[in-house]
Amino acid sequence: MRLAVLLKTVPDLVEELALDEDARTLLFDEMSYVPSEWDDQALEEALIIKEESGAEVTVIAVDTGDVDTMLFTALAKGADYAVKIVGDFDAAMSNWQKARVVADYLGRGDFDAVLSGVQAIDDVDGQLPGLVAGFLGWPHASVITEVRVAGGSHLQLRQEYAGGLVAELETVTPIVVGVQAARKPPRYASVAKVRQVAKSATIDEVEADVAEARLAGVEYVRPVAAGHAEMIEGDIDEVVDRIVAILEERNLLRRA
Amino acid sequence: MQKAKAIELDIAVVDGVELNGSWNRMFEPRVISEYDLSVLDSITQIPGAESLGYCYQCGKCTGVCPVDTVGDYSPRKVFRRTQLGISLIDSPDLWLCTTCRNCLRVCPKEVNMINIMPAVREQAVLEGKAPDELLTAFENTARYGNPIGESPRKRADWTKNAGVAVPIMSQRKAPVDVLWFVECYPSYHPRGKEASSALARVFDALSVDYGILGTEEKCAGDSQRMAGERGLFEMLAEHNIKMLSKYTFNQLVVTDPHAYNAFLHEYPKMGGEWPVQHYTQFLAERLNQVHFVKALNKRVTFHDPCYLGRHNGEYEAPRALLAALPGIDLVEMGHCRETSYCCGGGGGGMWMDSFTRDYASERLSERRVKEAIEYGAEILAVSCPYEVPRFEDAVKSTGHDGELQVMDIAELMAYCMGLNEALVLH
Amino acid sequence: MGPILIVLENGAAGVTEATKECVNKAKSLAAQLGTTTVAVGFGKQHVSDLRRLAVTKVVIASGGTMDLYNPDAYEKVLAEIFGNVKPYLTLIANTTMGLDLGAGLAGRTQTPLIAYGIDIEEQDGRLTAISQVFAGKLLARVPIPEDGAIVTVIPGSWPADNEAGDPEIEEWTAQDSEAMRVLRVVEPEQSDIDITKADILVSVGRGIEGPDNLPLAEDLAEALGGVVSCSRPVVDAGWLPKARQVGKSGQTVKPKLYLACGISGAPEHLQGMRDADLIIAINTDESASIMDIAHFGTTADMLELMPALAERLKGG
Repeated sequence: MRLAVLLKTVPDLVEELALDEDARTLLFDEMSYVPSEWDDQALEEALIIKEESGAEVTVIAVDTGDVDTMLFTALAKGADYAVKIVGDFDAAMSNWQKARVVADYLGRGDFDAVLSGVQAIDDVDGQLPGLVAGFLGWPHASVITEVRVAGGSHLQLRQEYAGGLVAELETVTPIVVGVQAARKPPRYASVAKVRQVAKSATIDEVEADVAEARLAGVEYVRPVAAGHAEMIEGDIDEVVDRIVAILEERNLLRRA
Repeated sequence: MQKAKAIELDIAVVDGVELNGSWNRMFEPRVISEYDLSVLDSITQIPGAESLGYCYQCGKCTGVCPVDTVGDYSPRKVFRRTQLGISLIDSPDLWLCTTCRNCLRVCPKEVNMINIMPAVREQAVLEGKAPDELLTAFENTARYGNPIGESPRKRADWTKNAGVAVPIMSQRKAPVDVLWFVECYPSYHPRGKEASSALARVFDALSVDYGILGTEEKCAGDSQRMAGERGLFEMLAEHNIKMLSKYTFNQLVVTDPHAYNAFLHEYPKMGGEWPVQHYTQFLAERLNQVHFVKALNKRVTFHDPCYLGRHNGEYEAPRALLAALPGIDLVEMGHCRETSYCCGGGGGGMWMDSFTRDYASERLSERRVKEAIEYGAEILAVSCPYEVPRFEDAVKSTGHDGELQVMDIAELMAYCMGLNEALVLH
Repeated sequence: MGPILIVLENGAAGVTEATKECVNKAKSLAAQLGTTTVAVGFGKQHVSDLRRLAVTKVVIASGGTMDLYNPDAYEKVLAEIFGNVKPYLTLIANTTMGLDLGAGLAGRTQTPLIAYGIDIEEQDGRLTAISQVFAGKLLARVPIPEDGAIVTVIPGSWPADNEAGDPEIEEWTAQDSEAMRVLRVVEPEQSDIDITKADILVSVGRGIEGPDNLPLAEDLAEALGGVVSCSRPVVDAGWLPKARQVGKSGQTVKPKLYLACGISGAPEHLQGMRDADLIIAINTDESASIMDIAHFGTTADMLELMPALAERLKGG
């Protein structure tokens, strides 16, 4: 079984998002980036599959900035190969564009399953695994919390729905899976190991042309209210009134 | 009956020296050598962990181990369990040691937990067997340069509320006498920032020619090293050495005894050698320049930080500062100086509170706070940035809120020098 | 201009609220733009609901495995219907099904997708989708392209449409999926409470004072339809189990509502809950750190406020 894991970096929310409030644009060059947390889950699930059934794991990232550390970390954790898709890309590259170049690469390979984070904080124009599956015409399932090899070329998936309802799916390959959570918390790769891998391992570079983005004129604004809490004054009854009104406004009261 | 056969030599010659064993030869294998020692061997074969094998079970360590007073852990027990085949790598024992060094102080065989713990922990981290909360602290440190996961860009933000200008080296562009290595909790933790502001005011009042690295500083990494992430420590040390090497200064002053330990013993091995002082040492040398204007009028006791006291032998400097405060009623607790208790934050304990909680009847910090209360202290004075949050938390959890204040010595000095209106800067 | 397509999701008691919300918005947008609304329903179990939807037309895909949600079968039949309807705008609720079908359909049909929509504005015949991104820290305003788009919508964005209508009905025969099979559907276990999965958390800190006051929090949580979580000191004191702890050494939670009661907001705690959609803090200290990240705060006495609020919520 050959597994591909799609990894990407996203702006680090520990820092303030760099927003040009007048132009309503994100200043992509001024932000720092971290691996998307759901992708970490996808990688962990792939590594668990590898340990269970000897699958081969290839991690793939589009070169939108510094993705090498993320790929070396994945190798240190146990991935077998790392691929970086390079081209005229930058941090502003949309998911649609990433999905396009990744789908082209995957379409040329012979991967049995593609795992990626079910979502990311920046996917305004769609989630990577769904788009990739759509471009390839492969079956796809999201919000997956378990992937198991079930004999030959079949996989068993555990898909979660609202309210804790769970379905078990059986699927043929190739398949694209959007991972919500791995069966275990993502493993830790020690710094020494990552540094050693960075010295000894290689990242395969594959060239690709940038695809056209499908959404234009996207503006970013901050939602109203931020900073110190808005204080609710008054006696107990007034405070209760106000809290109930806030919850009502946000649709958080139980529907009768 | 067959006559017992000696299984050891009568006389052995070692390096030309004749050792006569006839008075004490072993005739039959004793019970002790019938153990399967493969597990113990697997631990003592780890470089750094050899001395665990030296233990002869005298139990002196158990009597002084702070963890044993709240749980079932001491170096002697670690040896015995390992000898019986329980691998330290899989045992919770591995994560309970705070590397306080009290056992090594009394051990006749020099079983050195300060070397054993990081060595064996490193192996456990490699095998993915460390507590999750510790790994989160490692990941945060690797990513952000601090274990708390705060923004590295905000590392110098505390200076904005310090009340005095705090020079940052990259902007100052001139040599300084003192480079103040601030460290993480003093840069980010609310109470740490208050102590940092107090220290900045004291420096300012004493006209100290100093600067800080600001956003160029990362965690010194000593506790991460003790917790088993040597690679992370090395990465941090390389970074800090590179940054410090950009500037000209006469000496380092550190807020954190753990950083003090690193700069004293570890950074020099990696090419980063500067004269270094803990801030209490630096200020104690300048006490004659200090003008106190306000009396404290409080009963104060002092908790020796493990990494300033037992690890590095400095017991006098903080006491000299405290003794100089007008109106102070300084009392020593039973556990003080060499026999000081431990706050539980060292050796990565700072990041394993939930884990250790399952193996302890109470926190070490809670025990220490109770001792301070017993001695009638109104203020528990500290000089390690781990301690203010730990002890303040313990004051609340032991139900002594309002009875005992936890104050950094810098805060007490700033108060008595008239630099802080109240004891705590807010 | 093509119609507005709504993808309907089946719930236990008919079409889900989230999809009815999309119906509501689709109707008002269609009126503004002068176009029609088409809804796609799957399976036969809620067919009487589908026949009463207040839309222009309902396409009912049935046969094969349509009665039970199957990501692959649904996506394929939806793509066929999409090709047939040629909608200008497609609305799908951002549930598991929406995450499956939204991006899958977009990729298959080369139609732009806008994810995590919370509103769609109309001005001079042009639509702009508002999308919640970067964990709610920013809103993206995305002009819907002239050739249309698919928008996946966060549930709760609009009121649900419960109006009855008499739509044109089109039956659509779906094929079984050759790739994917649903082996079984498992109901959740009721025994354990997973605070990471709760939409509403009533979280208590030291201010709860003792275990005797916990029923006040339980009561309020029940009235809100949420569960009780807590900060570390409460677990340390043994008043609640470890599984309820929010924070650095506990769980990281992202509920829709986090009601922090008597929690001062140690950095270690904030780390575990700062991404909650709505944070309301009850704390006697207005300068407590929790107030810096809370959206709303009050210095009322929590031991008084909790029962008063619970009573109001229960009283309706």
